[in-house]
Amino acid sequence: MAAIKLDGLTKVYPGGVRAVDDLTLTIPDGEFFALLGPSGCGKTTLLRTIAGLEEATSGSVRIGDRDVTHLPPGKRELAMVFQDYALFPHMTVVDNISYPLKIKGLAKDDRLGRAVKAGDELSLDGLMQRRPAELSGGQQQRVALARAIATHPQVFLFDEPLSNLDARLRLEARTFLKRLQRDLGVTTVFVTHDQAEALAMADRMAVMDAGRIRQVGTAREVFQRPASTFVANFIGSTPMNLLSGVVRGQAVNVSGQIVQLPGDARQHVTDGQDVVVGVRPEYLSLSQSAADGALRGVVAIVENLGTASLVTLESDGFTVAATVADGEEPAIGTDAWALPIPGRTLVYRREDGELVDAPVVAAVA
Amino acid sequence: MQALLDNLDRLWSGFLTTLGMSVAAAVIATILGTILAAFRVSPLPPLRALGATYVQLVRNTPLTAVFFIVIFGLPAVDVTFQNFFIAAIVALSVYTAAFVCEVVRSGINSVSTGQAEAARAIGLTFGQSLRDVVLPQAFRSVVPPLGNLWIALVKNSAIAGGGFAVADIAQLAPSLARDNPAQVLAIFGGIALAYMVITVPSGIAVGVIERRTAILR
Ligand SMILES: Nc1ncnc2c1ncn2[C@@H]1O[C@H](COP(=O)(O)OP(=O)(O)OP(=O)(O)O)[C@@H](O)[C@H]1O
Ligand SMILES: [Mg+2]
Repeated sequence: MAAIKLDGLTKVYPGGVRAVDDLTLTIPDGEFFALLGPSGCGKTTLLRTIAGLEEATSGSVRIGDRDVTHLPPGKRELAMVFQDYALFPHMTVVDNISYPLKIKGLAKDDRLGRAVKAGDELSLDGLMQRRPAELSGGQQQRVALARAIATHPQVFLFDEPLSNLDARLRLEARTFLKRLQRDLGVTTVFVTHDQAEALAMADRMAVMDAGRIRQVGTAREVFQRPASTFVANFIGSTPMNLLSGVVRGQAVNVSGQIVQLPGDARQHVTDGQDVVVGVRPEYLSLSQSAADGALRGVVAIVENLGTASLVTLESDGFTVAATVADGEEPAIGTDAWALPIPGRTLVYRREDGELVDAPVVAAVA
Repeated sequence: MQALLDNLDRLWSGFLTTLGMSVAAAVIATILGTILAAFRVSPLPPLRALGATYVQLVRNTPLTAVFFIVIFGLPAVDVTFQNFFIAAIVALSVYTAAFVCEVVRSGINSVSTGQAEAARAIGLTFGQSLRDVVLPQAFRSVVPPLGNLWIALVKNSAIAGGGFAVADIAQLAPSLARDNPAQVLAIFGGIALAYMVITVPSGIAVGVIERRTAILR
């Protein structure tokens, strides 16, 4: 097993697109690391550069104690699972799994033994003589995984391996993949643009934008304390409320209403500074009577989220959304007050969208 | 008709010559054409240029000119062949290889790039990936166009007998016609029929192979 160390990694495509831009990152041995970000931000390119399918323009890739920057993919001791699985359609399942071992020079008996073992682990026993076209999507995915684990790699690279599965199968595969990775303890980089997937599976994750990493941290850190409005917008099943305002004393004036500045945020801002107040709908408590420090608005929309509802309030100059338990939804058209839960308000500089400060995460976690 | 029946032995030996010449040229052209196709998709620019140049030069030259070059041109630079039969095989192979190259290349391009990438990720060299992953998948889509090339090759081989003293089916036609001017239509009809004995079953065989390989996808 091995850690992955990227140092100043840059990939510029021939057309001039900087798909990966001076990226430095360490993924410790055995970690399940998710790469998240909007379409076109460079996730696939980063993965392919780690794999060696793309040549780095500059910077280096280390796996364990080896510098693999200039090694071909086959010599990097990693296994990649592609979005479309890329199984070989003219080979049976068992050949698909054992063929890479043949290339690595294993004897025939060893190859077969390993292929059968990998197949068993992934419940492919009855399917070994079929061809990929004769398998369901979920089965094909398991063959792709078996092909990857049979080579006993140091690193797994997954490029959206679940995106071709239907919703139910995807949930199953998620749990399954997570357990498999835990059992094998192989360092794993997992690309997804489904943030729920990343939150559920990853030990740590990175949110990318335009070839750069905007934030790295545990799922909890990234969810609770997005480092920028970009990440805040991207993470969470319901988007974070981002309210533009101006600092006035110990509070922020948001279109005439007042939100208290959290904790020690005051020392990072100056009076009259333009800021963005960020607070998740989950961290706003809604009441039907006036409350100090709460944002007042008229209930405009009530959306059912299953076990809760998302209530959108409209006010002069802004809208703000809060979640309430089901059965406690206010009537549309009535006045309501949304009060931030202490310690969960974040303040971003309006000029660059970066966090000015926030309460210490440990205190609220 | 009688003229043909009287010369059945010559017709049979001409038939065997045509068949032998075509089969030999087909085998060589397939191998040479596949190598050229590998050149054309290779990661090395000089090889790609070599493959492309070959195709452009040969494909745009009339077959008769290729025959002239092989039979009269090459001896001038001291490349000679034992007899016209061998020389004809060389000319047909060189010419058909250019077309085989283009057919195989488009077959290779019909295989998704993800396949070659997966092969590369596993650690296959370019050659291994072509041999074990890409070409077996390209096979099915190149069977029908290769079948067409084979049929064209059989008919093209007539140039050898018509113009260059190879005793094939085609060579028989003018000599029989000269001796039996009254039967000229029947003679040429019979000659055409002799070619069809090769080409029609070939077309059927191609269809069968195409169906047999259909499971690949
Ligand atoms: N082969 C290529 N040549 C030139 N530009 C490319 C190439 N591949 C990708 N790009 C560009 O590089 C950028 C990053 O692409 P990449 O495929 O890494 O994005 P991604 O984050 O994986 O997106 P998605 O979520 O849609 O898969 C994009 O702007 C894309 O247009
Ligand atoms: Mg991608």
